[in-house]
Amino acid sequence: MFWLSIQFLSSKLSFLTSYKVDLLRFITCGSVDDGKSTLIGRLLYDSESVSLDVLAALEKRQASNGTVDLALLTDGLRAEREQGITIDVAYKYFTTPRRKFIITDAPGHVQYTRNMVTGASNADLAIVLVDARQGVIEQTRRHTLIAALLGIRHFVLAVNKMDLVGYDEAVFARIATDYAELTNHFNLPTATAIPLSALNGDNVVKKSAHLPWYTGPSLLEHLESVPGASETAAPARFQVQYVIRPQTAELPDYRGYAGQIQSGQYRRGDRVSVLPSGLESEIEAIEVNQQEVESASAPQAVVLRLRDDVDVSRGDSIVPVAEVPTLTRELEATLCWMSEQPLWPGRKLLVQHHSALVKAAIPAILYKVNVHTFARGAANSAQLNDIVRVRLKTALPLAVDNYLENRATGSFILVDELTGDTVAAGLVEAANSEYFTLPVGPPVTFSI
Amino acid sequence: MSTPSFDYLDRLEAEAIHILREVAGQFERPALLFSGGKDSIVLTRLAEKAFRPGRFPFPLVHVDTGHNFPEVLAYRDQLAESLGEKLIVRKVEDTIKRQRLREPGGKFPSRNPLQTYTLLEVIEEFEFDACIGGARRDEEKARAKERIFSVRDEFGQWDPKRQRPELWNIYNGRIQKGENVRVFPISNWTELDVWRYIQRENIALPDIYFGHERTCVVLPTGQLLGLSEHLRLDEDDEIVTRQVRFRTVGDSTCTAAVESDAATVEDIIQDLLLAKVSERGATRLDDNISEAGMEDRKRNGYF
Repeated sequence: MFWLSIQFLSSKLSFLTSYKVDLLRFITCGSVDDGKSTLIGRLLYDSESVSLDVLAALEKRQASNGTVDLALLTDGLRAEREQGITIDVAYKYFTTPRRKFIITDAPGHVQYTRNMVTGASNADLAIVLVDARQGVIEQTRRHTLIAALLGIRHFVLAVNKMDLVGYDEAVFARIATDYAELTNHFNLPTATAIPLSALNGDNVVKKSAHLPWYTGPSLLEHLESVPGASETAAPARFQVQYVIRPQTAELPDYRGYAGQIQSGQYRRGDRVSVLPSGLESEIEAIEVNQQEVESASAPQAVVLRLRDDVDVSRGDSIVPVAEVPTLTRELEATLCWMSEQPLWPGRKLLVQHHSALVKAAIPAILYKVNVHTFARGAANSAQLNDIVRVRLKTALPLAVDNYLENRATGSFILVDELTGDTVAAGLVEAANSEYFTLPVGPPVTFSI
Repeated sequence: MSTPSFDYLDRLEAEAIHILREVAGQFERPALLFSGGKDSIVLTRLAEKAFRPGRFPFPLVHVDTGHNFPEVLAYRDQLAESLGEKLIVRKVEDTIKRQRLREPGGKFPSRNPLQTYTLLEVIEEFEFDACIGGARRDEEKARAKERIFSVRDEFGQWDPKRQRPELWNIYNGRIQKGENVRVFPISNWTELDVWRYIQRENIALPDIYFGHERTCVVLPTGQLLGLSEHLRLDEDDEIVTRQVRFRTVGDSTCTAAVESDAATVEDIIQDLLLAKVSERGATRLDDNISEAGMEDRKRNGYF
């Protein structure tokens, strides 16, 4: 025991000196009783991320049999404690010597697709949780398809409650096979299947003696080793958030375009286009924290200065002339409708495409997507939690990429102009360039 | 082209700067709520990175409970001056007089609940449409569910069931008249992340964060509370002098000290890695009152 704690201590302290600890954001999805909250509780508990006073609060509420209910670590709101369910997206954090993890806990109820979409929009990886006694069920398909739709490329199939099926290898193998059929059928990325028991801690952080036939990594070992976020492969994209103009005696003419590099890399001297105006210039300087640098990459927050005095304002994109996005006022998009007020064709809304905000209309709902089969169905409206393909027209052109090529420039939200509420998540699927014919990559159709 | 790699602090920093610039881009009259605590000090560093060589597009606003640690007030004034940014201070004392509020009684009279009144007054006075704060989701379970852009009604109330979905890194700050938005750029940071950032950026902090000798009263829970004129002591109170530091800097009547001889940020990080008691639990008396303490206060307009 002493040795163990020394080892633990030294691993925590090595975090102090270790150089690069990167970041992985993941979402957990499962049905109501799959033990999702317990799994997260177990990850926090076994990775020593729960402190004494939080444990004490838990123990005050512990079950009469003396076990600590780990699910209480994540079920934050009082209504949830009363109903024993998770009703909204919650965020939890833990750090190992290798990584910082941001967990998004999205609820599993049928009516809460919108929370799942919200959680998946920021995730690099999805843990799809199934109950070993039930295997792959309808909700498993739904969660998997939504996560894939939102562009997640790393999946873990966590087969939970292995203790309740006698840690039987055959049960696990059957479920893993069923799930592989699902991912093959929809041409999804391959999932890593891991048998575990969140309640008992088998294979969550530590490998379990109960599962001698399983030779793969524990869940945490796997989470520590999958590739993290990488935005550098896509073409360079940058949107202006704010124009810095000090107008002081020392800097009378300084104009800096502040924003976050959304993807790719910018270098001093790059020839760039400002969209939507189409004016060209050259990057005179890239500043990070007031220091000029030769180059900068996503996700760095930078200030760009241009050689020429062109008109640039918030919402404009500054992109390399050689690799411009599609500039369009008309596009096809997949929407997840998130409002209790249904969407009818002809509806006027605001599109918030990151820092660009423009008026828009939806002239047509093309079809509805069945989230269990991805089959297309006819639809003349969209209700809360529906996923639909629509045609969208905007009052001013937007500079977009298809979502699966670029999660940053291919995503937007729809906002109700009167209430200000976010009513839909939007994924750009096919953009029609009506102004210029500009070289873009081959169109990618969504193949699932 | 080499593939650049960024560590988690780089990513958290970039996210926070992006959020601050969204505030600047979306709102007419934002404010940065500045307490003199480490989280709000980190926010000012992030604001420098977001907006220099320009000025901050918002003033610093401090709601002064009158129970603050003097070291923190001195630090606040000095920081505002060295940044060259505008500082607005509004006192809970004045709100109590103006609104004829009752001072909390009891042995340790915390003015934390009254801060909300002053905050709402200052929002109304300057018509702030967005208030940036240093709250983090790891502090408490109810915070773990709050959005980065959190819309409040004109009474400052948070309705957890009516939260806007927050997708990708797109922040919707559109509000109706009377509403305002609380913005939390370091939502995704933990206490340890904040300290690692302070270390990396070499940020100066008020002295009370570091180990120092202080005369304290020992609470029944065993926690230590620094002696001040605002405490009402009983004869049988146990008074001790210990080497302590503060993990959070709030109202001095409800912010407990922890025993520590940590002299540097490195020492504090070591302390934290070994510590087994979370930040709010160690030092905040007011959250212990009920398990749903934070949720109730947030619903009522607290930060």
